[in-house]
Amino acid sequence: MVAPLIDIKDISFEYEQTKALDNISMKVEEGDFLAILGPNGSGKSTLLKIMLGLIKPSKGKIELFGVDAKNFKNREWIGYVSQKSNSFNSGFPATVEEVVAGGLAKKTGLFHRLPKSSHQQVAEALKAVGMEDFMGRSVSELSGGQQQRVFIARALVAKPKVLILDEPTVGVDHQNVQAFYDMLASLNRDQNITLVLVTHDVDTVTDRITHVACLNQTIHFHGFKEQLHTMSDEQREAWYGHSVRKIHHIGGSHA
Amino acid sequence: MIDAILSYEFLQNAFAAGLIIGVIAPLLGVFIVVRRLSLIADALSHVTLAGIAGSLYLSQSVASLAMLNPLFLGIAASVGGSVLIERLRSLYKHYEELAIPIILSAGIGFGAIFISLAQGFSNDLFGYLFGSVSAVSREDLSIVAGIAVVVLAFIYFFFKELFVLSFDDEYARASGLPAKWVHFMFMIVTALVIAGSMRIVGILLVSSLMTIPVATAMRVTKSFKQTIIMSIVFGEISVITGLVTAFYFDLAPGGTIVVTSIFLLLLVIGYKKITVSLNKGAIA
Repeated sequence: MVAPLIDIKDISFEYEQTKALDNISMKVEEGDFLAILGPNGSGKSTLLKIMLGLIKPSKGKIELFGVDAKNFKNREWIGYVSQKSNSFNSGFPATVEEVVAGGLAKKTGLFHRLPKSSHQQVAEALKAVGMEDFMGRSVSELSGGQQQRVFIARALVAKPKVLILDEPTVGVDHQNVQAFYDMLASLNRDQNITLVLVTHDVDTVTDRITHVACLNQTIHFHGFKEQLHTMSDEQREAWYGHSVRKIHHIGGSHA
Repeated sequence: MIDAILSYEFLQNAFAAGLIIGVIAPLLGVFIVVRRLSLIADALSHVTLAGIAGSLYLSQSVASLAMLNPLFLGIAASVGGSVLIERLRSLYKHYEELAIPIILSAGIGFGAIFISLAQGFSNDLFGYLFGSVSAVSREDLSIVAGIAVVVLAFIYFFFKELFVLSFDDEYARASGLPAKWVHFMFMIVTALVIAGSMRIVGILLVSSLMTIPVATAMRVTKSFKQTIIMSIVFGEISVITGLVTAFYFDLAPGGTIVVTSIFLLLLVIGYKKITVSLNKGAIA
């Protein structure tokens, strides 16, 4: 049997004294397009950071491609796109090519220079996100949506099997959000890249995803989006509090 | 000038050391600026002052240390300071910048104590504070050359890791790069460059040679590699012009080098303003 790409087993995490995640167990299988949904402060980004090894859980363990995350060496199999505003210095003097080539650093290995073929690899990654004409442009000159595509190209250039995205449309103007998710869906469908996404764009993303995880410190639902209607009203209220909004795209009428 | 350089060993030392520093200070400075660590360079230079003053005091009061090159203790203090800054930054995770005033004032505090304990090295001290054309010995030059080899090897072998870490440190850690170690080595190398540069530029002005040429380059470049090249070009112009001026007018080279680099910065800012307004005019 093929091991899940990400297998989270009884994970808990506290920020100082406050519980952020409580006994989370979840599997991400090859080909999934999973959206992790939940209100602010529900632990979505924390869960992604634990998947990426950026923070360590206080309890439980995580397996990546069937290997304990502590011993997992092939980090280049997992691409990561963070919230743009979080970590990117917008005045950074670098071209799109330089930024995307940074995605090959881990794969190339310590003490080695980037190979000559990196130019071609960068061009292909940029083509996959529709940014092939921007290779020589300064990254600080681009719009929010274009920058986010560049960061996806950086994550794609090492040919990852899983792409983890933390609210990738923050800072992307409304008109471009649809096109952005279309591009993600085509990566999932045409290149069989497994996607794990934290987002607030519930209405926009629901047509494209295959799986949903409803998180609010604990997992209230995880499965095919079509099964979401099996959640009871009580479960939905426990997940999102009293202000649950009905979304008609996901398996009928649900949060 | 060329005749003078050929005739006097001290000038050869000063120019050779200056040319080396003109490369390594702006080269490392690009990473310092884009990582927003400029003030850390300042803190480290003040810690170096404590090491230098301590060494000058020791060489006065302990006979067996009379010939000790102050650069060695300066380097030790700078490297020690960089390690301490990192410890403090991890201790005060939400107030990382606190490490800078703590280390900076500790450096000045110890420096002031050693300076007041010892008497009669005001000339030496002036050279260390603002640089000197005449005080660079062959040993100093060898130390600077050794530091340059370490810096160039570090940048060559860790360029891609340093670039990714500078651009987006969270991404660097998430993609499995040894971000913590690369950063630690970067801080050590920064400490070495600061200690090595101060013989020419002086403790108080060393961080400016790491930042002003970079600030100038960033006005005219688009890519990271261009920024590195242009920073070194502006750095070298500043060092050569500054050293020549210092020699002819008997001035502290730290001052002339930094004033030249400021002048270049203003020139480039002015040039950019004019070209932008000309372009706007052409479009209109």
